[in-house]
Amino acid sequence: MVRLLHIEFIKLWNNRASKILIISYFVLLTSIALVAAIKFDIGPIQFHLADQGIFNFPYVWHFNTYIAALFKLFLAIVIVSMMSNEYSNKTIKQNLIDGLSKKEFILSKFLTVISFALISTIFVFVVSLILGLVYSDFNELPIIFSDLEFLLAFFLKLTGFFSFCLFLGILVKRSAFALGFLILWSIIEQIVFGILGWKFVSWETAKIIKGFFPLQSMSNLIKEPFSRLKAVQSIANEIGEQVILDYQVHWYEITIVLCWTAIFVYLSYALLKKRDL
Amino acid sequence: MEKILIVNHLTKNFGHLTAVKDLSFTIEKGNVYGILGPNGSGKSTTLGIVLNVVNRTKGDFAWFDGNTSTHEALKKVGAIIERPNFYPYMTAVQNLNLVCKIKEVPNTKIEEKLELVGLLDRKNSKFNTYSLGMKQRLAIASALLNDPEILILDEPTNGLDPQGIHQIREIIKKIASEGTTILLASHLLDEVEKVCSHVIILRKGEKLYSGRVDGMLASHGFFELRTENTKLLTDYLEKNASFGPIKVENGLVTAILKEEMDATALNKTLFAQGVVLSHLVKRKESLEEQFLTLTKNQAN
Repeated sequence: MVRLLHIEFIKLWNNRASKILIISYFVLLTSIALVAAIKFDIGPIQFHLADQGIFNFPYVWHFNTYIAALFKLFLAIVIVSMMSNEYSNKTIKQNLIDGLSKKEFILSKFLTVISFALISTIFVFVVSLILGLVYSDFNELPIIFSDLEFLLAFFLKLTGFFSFCLFLGILVKRSAFALGFLILWSIIEQIVFGILGWKFVSWETAKIIKGFFPLQSMSNLIKEPFSRLKAVQSIANEIGEQVILDYQVHWYEITIVLCWTAIFVYLSYALLKKRDL
Repeated sequence: MEKILIVNHLTKNFGHLTAVKDLSFTIEKGNVYGILGPNGSGKSTTLGIVLNVVNRTKGDFAWFDGNTSTHEALKKVGAIIERPNFYPYMTAVQNLNLVCKIKEVPNTKIEEKLELVGLLDRKNSKFNTYSLGMKQRLAIASALLNDPEILILDEPTNGLDPQGIHQIREIIKKIASEGTTILLASHLLDEVEKVCSHVIILRKGEKLYSGRVDGMLASHGFFELRTENTKLLTDYLEKNASFGPIKVENGLVTAILKEEMDATALNKTLFAQGVVLSHLVKRKESLEEQFLTLTKNQAN
């Protein structure tokens, strides 16, 4: 396993474009911390974003994983090109001739995907922990370590998304087209949802069906945190009518994403196995 | 003899096209093999199948004793097919390091192999700055990193200039002289003739011949003779049962042998007959002549 990861590391780290993208991705992840510095101080209007409660435990886990996931496109480019470059340079052929099996080839790519997701998760965990410790109003241990399922969701979301990129890279063989296809696919999901809800089933059913689509299921894992923030604030301000918000990570959402991940990795392998190079 | 590769009734279809048809052959340790055939005769496809990059339709093949999986066996093989494929943004040393990792061999031999192919002084240049000849030589260095049991080369001199062709041939000869088994696919007959002891001849995916180069045709060779009195000579040769057809071209008489005959004996007999030769050569058909004869015979 270490050997396969090392092989992939050599390929990625010596590629300047990949290296720059990977570094900028992690710099951007860290830059979430900069949000804390957003501060307006114009006479009577004083606004300090960090004081708005976004870094309160356990809400910070939700907020930061959601924001951090927006940067995943950087790594998506790296992953799509690391796959399609093997085709355009024909190095995949040479790798196999040199004695790498097709299974090992896919495994080395998938392990890289897992590593990216894992490192990102650890990164987000550390950054959030520090931000929380500095700005959170609550610092009791049980509160700090509640809602950690958002980190698990973040990890699975990235793994699923990158596996999809991996599959597209193998399927399309050209990085630019594969990324185009990724965007096209996200539009297709919305169109199918629209047609279903408009013509065939009720909007509620269509929404449930949409939850099974690959990209939608990944985005469902971590719901947008902004309405929750407002809710938290309004509850603090006025005790009265409560908005019931479903912001939790559900086990069935996790299962759907895990299934898609398995499907994409298997399809990549099946495709490689079937093709003559 | 230790067997390195056994190919059994291999068939590959690309849609309706049959690229390789029921092909069987055996590669034994220590020999230098040539796979000969015109373009599109299935050479590269056959190599692609045994090298795990093309899926077979029917038949099978076994590396070494047949107990290792193909990809494990390939770690003991060195192969280059068609164009050299490396990561363009990596240097020679970085590329070779990667190959060592894949083949699971220590990277201690990189310098030695780069020296062998004459690229040591360019070892830290990026692959995309190399000329085609240098790329091809790097590919050979890479194939030799694991001191392979067999070296497989597919058209190694394709697209190179005469100097490049010469360099590659010298390297191949050097490797062959060290006792490494080599399988060389080519459509260049003189290339194969110069280095190979055995040939496998393919045409349209079918095997026409496999065996030793000199056993390709059941021929005893031929004499090239020249004398002042050509008429006397041809009369004698035509009467002699040891000779087949006689050809005269610009005074040069070519007599094809039907049975073994020594040049000294012929010279003696002819002198006794009053024919004094100014030119006497006993030759075997070149591989090219044999190849053409063979493919022509099969066509009829």
